[in-house]
This record gives sequence, structure tokens and C-alpha cells, in this order.
Amino acid sequence: MKEMTYAEAIRLAMAEEMRRDRDIFLMGEDIGIYGGTFGVTKGMIDEFGEDRIKDAPISEAAIVGAAAGSAVTGMRPIVEFPFSDFITIGMDALVNQAAKMRYMFGGKEKVPMVVRLPSGCGTGAAAQHSQSLEAWFCHVPGLKVVVPSTPKDAKGLLKASIRDDNPVVVVESKLLYKTKGMVEEDPEFIIPLGKADIKKQGSDVTIITYGRMVPRVLRVAQEVEKEGIHIEVIDPRTLVPLDKETIIKSVMKTGKAIVVHEAVKTGGYGGEIAALIAESDAFNYLEMPIIRIAGKDVPIPHNIDLENAAVPSEDEIRQNIYKVMNR
Amino acid sequence: MDISKEVLLEIYTRMISTRVFSERVNEFFIKGLMHGTTHLSVGEEASGIASCMALDKGDFTTSNHRGHSHAIGRGIEVNKIMAELFGKATGCSNGKGGSMHIADFDRGHIGSNGVVGGGFAIATGAALTQKMKNTGKIVLCFFGDGASNEGSFHESINMASVWKLPVIFFCENNLYGVSTPTSKSMNIKDIAIRAKSYDIPSYIIDGNDAIEVYKTTKEAADYCRGGKGPIIIESKTYRILGHSKSDKNEYRNIDEIEKWKKKDPIERLKKYLIKNGIAEEGEVAKIDEGVMRDIDLAVEFAKNSPNPSLDTLTQDVYA
Repeated sequence: MKEMTYAEAIRLAMAEEMRRDRDIFLMGEDIGIYGGTFGVTKGMIDEFGEDRIKDAPISEAAIVGAAAGSAVTGMRPIVEFPFSDFITIGMDALVNQAAKMRYMFGGKEKVPMVVRLPSGCGTGAAAQHSQSLEAWFCHVPGLKVVVPSTPKDAKGLLKASIRDDNPVVVVESKLLYKTKGMVEEDPEFIIPLGKADIKKQGSDVTIITYGRMVPRVLRVAQEVEKEGIHIEVIDPRTLVPLDKETIIKSVMKTGKAIVVHEAVKTGGYGGEIAALIAESDAFNYLEMPIIRIAGKDVPIPHNIDLENAAVPSEDEIRQNIYKVMNR
Repeated sequence: MDISKEVLLEIYTRMISTRVFSERVNEFFIKGLMHGTTHLSVGEEASGIASCMALDKGDFTTSNHRGHSHAIGRGIEVNKIMAELFGKATGCSNGKGGSMHIADFDRGHIGSNGVVGGGFAIATGAALTQKMKNTGKIVLCFFGDGASNEGSFHESINMASVWKLPVIFFCENNLYGVSTPTSKSMNIKDIAIRAKSYDIPSYIIDGNDAIEVYKTTKEAADYCRGGKGPIIIESKTYRILGHSKSDKNEYRNIDEIEKWKKKDPIERLKKYLIKNGIAEEGEVAKIDEGVMRDIDLAVEFAKNSPNPSLDTLTQDVYA
């Protein structure tokens, strides 16, 4: 185990995989000498050269489409976006092409590609550089969606994504890039897609959360622990495929469920998790309605106070815990 | 450049095959025997077939919504294509794709496409693979005049030009994007001049002349194989039938259609073969008969094939 940041863990995952397999290459805007918008690819060009760390023109439709075209002809591309918001320009290539090439051509082809998207707000960059769009991708059969919250998860999940034979969208939280944690150094350390992690055990309330909200929820959970409230924090880690069993089992144990995410509430993935619980056996164990704590239904504003108010705060999480605990 | 008799007759065979295939499919749609929609290549056979025939084994193609000639051009069995249009389990996409989603990865045909302009970047990526793996193979990307107004056209050709990728961007300019004539959708007469923006070469050819299409594509393929980067071919042609099954042809006049019928690419190739002593009339007639029989057999094969079982509905969403 070695301590490193979330960004370093992502870089290490890519470097290890690229050393293992010559067919893997990285493509994106300013990922070479510049090192990527958030410095994630810093130095990789020195080891792998500009043929495998490909600085692309600012052409998101061509980048994602070329990734798909190279994937079906024998390569295993990883695409880095500067900001997740720009995927809107590459959506035809991702949604209509990459996600469907296998199914619509009769299951004969594989599309092994990874699209890494720095997501979320908190940088003051406002409405077009701050969104959390993961629910869009979850709504497209053929795509897998990964949302790591710790350096260890980032490494293990990204390696699994790179080795996966399907298009995988990795939604990275840009505010987590500098957070530190212990990471496995074994190059064969993989976290399989579709396996949730119980980030904290507890018996009173189940909170399901992912990405940047995980450390926030954990801080609140540890605080209320001192008050005798035992929160179970479940991080699904991948939204597609989703580890339904772990969520359902936990809610059957606690009888109370709260879903927390940064993305806007309407049409957000929290609705999917809430529906999963409501449709399962866990429904009979619920002592009260499921609560969703999510981003406000607004574009992300620039002003720091407005920006903070747009996403779930520690206080909002705490108040909702008190509410379900009748405190 | 001399073209062997064998190749010329194969071009002719695949062209007439596309024609007969299209006419039968058109008939099935009119009679309501086929589900979905289709876009036929009647009048454009030289463009789609002779270009494919100029490629080597192992080269790749991407195609668009009007892709039956490209599929036949790459040598995909008409049985499998017909069965696909009938939605049968024996179709080349197991009945899940239909008319717009035909592929045969073993033959390098990595897919036709229902999204106008959807193939540009895929072709560019396939060409990137050839360059990175140094395979010596190239990619040919079919697109129409309308697709050249999509953003992906610019993004992809720019990328291919800056990375010197081996891809022929092959425009089948049939003068209309559905009902809109090119004169109303672009401020230029020749799409090929867009190559200047990327400082890459281009050709403008008579797309109804199979010989010219074949020779030009060969030349372009050599250029790409030489590592010089992408190239554009604009093949001027005309769609005799409507855009799709629901087209009432209200946007063009009969004189125009009749004028183009006189330039029929199949008749022209037939005349060329006979006039130049490459094949006798009887030999050509025999090919025609053989193709008629093959298409009849393809229809029989498709009609007699089973539907995909319902449990395949959820198969192959993921690898």
C-alpha cells in the first residue's frame, strides 16, 4: 500500500495497463506535455511517447468516434475529456455509435474503450464546466458507468474499465483529484465493476451515495456516530452495472434509506436507487419514505455561495438524518 | 491502368446484383412485406461497387444509411443481407439491425450507419489503428453530399489530415439530402473543394462510370497506403428512386430523373464490356440470369429463415 492522490492513482492505473498491453493508448485534448486539464496525465508522454499519449484537436465528436472506430479494429483507447460537460459534443459517437455497435450488428464485435470525464462543481467555473451528467449515460444500454470516490477505488475500477470489452464512462470528481488515500501497488489489483463498497457499517440508517458526496457523507456519519446514530454508508462505485443486492440488504437491516448525490434531483440517478428499493423486498422493511438529497434543479452558478448552495451540504445531510431518526 | 476481365465482370455482377436486390426490396416495401424502412441505391451502383472492388482484402469500409451497394461491394452474401432486411435470425446482424445496420467485421465492413455523418470519426479511428499497428491497410468512408454539412465531417477530416491517417473519404454526391438539393444546402458546387481546407488532395469523378470510379479509388488507395494521409473522392451520381420508402418524389421533376436514367451506370458498363470485346452479349446475359437466380434464392432463404428467438432480445447489449 502506498499513499497517493486520486489523480495519481488514475495515472498509475493507466500507466500500468499501458505497460501491460501495447494496444492501449490515451487520446484527448492537452494531455501531452501540458499533462491534462487537471494534471492527471502529467509525465505520461515521457514514458509512452506522443504516439500513445495523443494530443487531439479540439474535436470531441471526432475523438469519441475515433475511439470507437479504433476499438472495433483492435485498439483499446482511453479518452480523457478536459471537462465532462463537453461530452455533449461527442454524444452521437458515444450514444448512437459506441454503445450500440455490438448489439445492432448482431453481437459480433467488441467496443473496448474508456471515456474519462472530470465532473462536478466546486471550481467556480459555472454552468458549462461543472455538471454531473452520469444519469444520461446510465440511460443508454450498452454503456457502463463508473463513479470512483477514493484513490484506491479510482485505481482498481479504472483498471477494470480498461480491461472491459465494452464502452465504459468513468465519471471522475474533479474536486477529488487532490484527495489522498492508501492505494494497492499490485498491478493486478482490480476492483470488479458492479460491486458496491460499504464505506462505513451501521445499523440505523442506510445512506447510498457516490463520487464527491462519499467523503462528505462519511464526515457527517462519523459526527453523528458520537451522538449514537449508526449510519451505514454504501458506495455503489459503479452505477451500471449496479450492485442491487448490497443496497437492498442494507435497507432491510436499517429500515431507513437516504440517497445523496451532487447531480440535480430531477431525472437523477437517486430516483433509480429509490425505485430499486421501493420495488424490492426492502420496501416492506421501510419505516418511512425514502429521502433523496440532491443538487438543486439549476445550472451551476459562478458565485461561490450560490455554487455551494446548489449541491447537498453537510448540514442538509445531518438534518435529514435527524429527521429520519426523530431527533 | 488495365483492369482484368475477371475484375470487370465481378464489378458488373455486383452492380447488377445491387440493382436487382434493390428492385426486389422496393417491391416488398410497396407490398408491405417488409418492416421498417430502407434507402436504395438504384442509379448509384457504379459508385458503391467499383470503389469497394478497388480495395484490398483486409481494408476497411464504413457506410451510411444507403449502404446495400457497399455491403454487396464488400462481398457480403446477398442471402445474409436480404435476411437482415426481413429481420431474420440468419441476417448479417441477426435481425437486430435491419437495412441501416449491416456489417461484416471479418470482411472489414465495420458498419453502415443510421446517423448522417456518423461514420466519419469511426473511419478515422479505424485508420488510426492501421497506422498505429502499421498494417498497410486503409479505410474507405462512404458518405453523402448531405453528410458533408455535418460537424463530424470537418472534425474527422481535420484529425485524419493532421495525423496523416490512411482513409479515403468517398462522397457519393447524389445531389439531394432527402428532398433538399445541394444548391440549397451549401454555397459550393463541388464538395471536393473542401479538401483545400485540410490541404489534402481530392478527385471529382463521374460516379456513373464504373471504370473511372475503380481507377480513381485504386489511385487514392495507393496514395493512402503510401502514408501520405487522407484523400477525398467526390463521385457525382444520382438517386433514381426516392430517398426512402416514404418519399413521394415531389421535389424534383420527371425530366431530371429521365435525363439521369440515360446515364445508367449498369448499361454504360455493359456497353463498355461489349464494345471493347471484354465480354460478349451472351456472357453478360448469363451473368444477369445468374444474378436473378441468386436474388430469388436470397428471397427464398430469407423468407424461410426463422425469426430471432425472443430470448435474443437482451443478448449482446454487453460483451
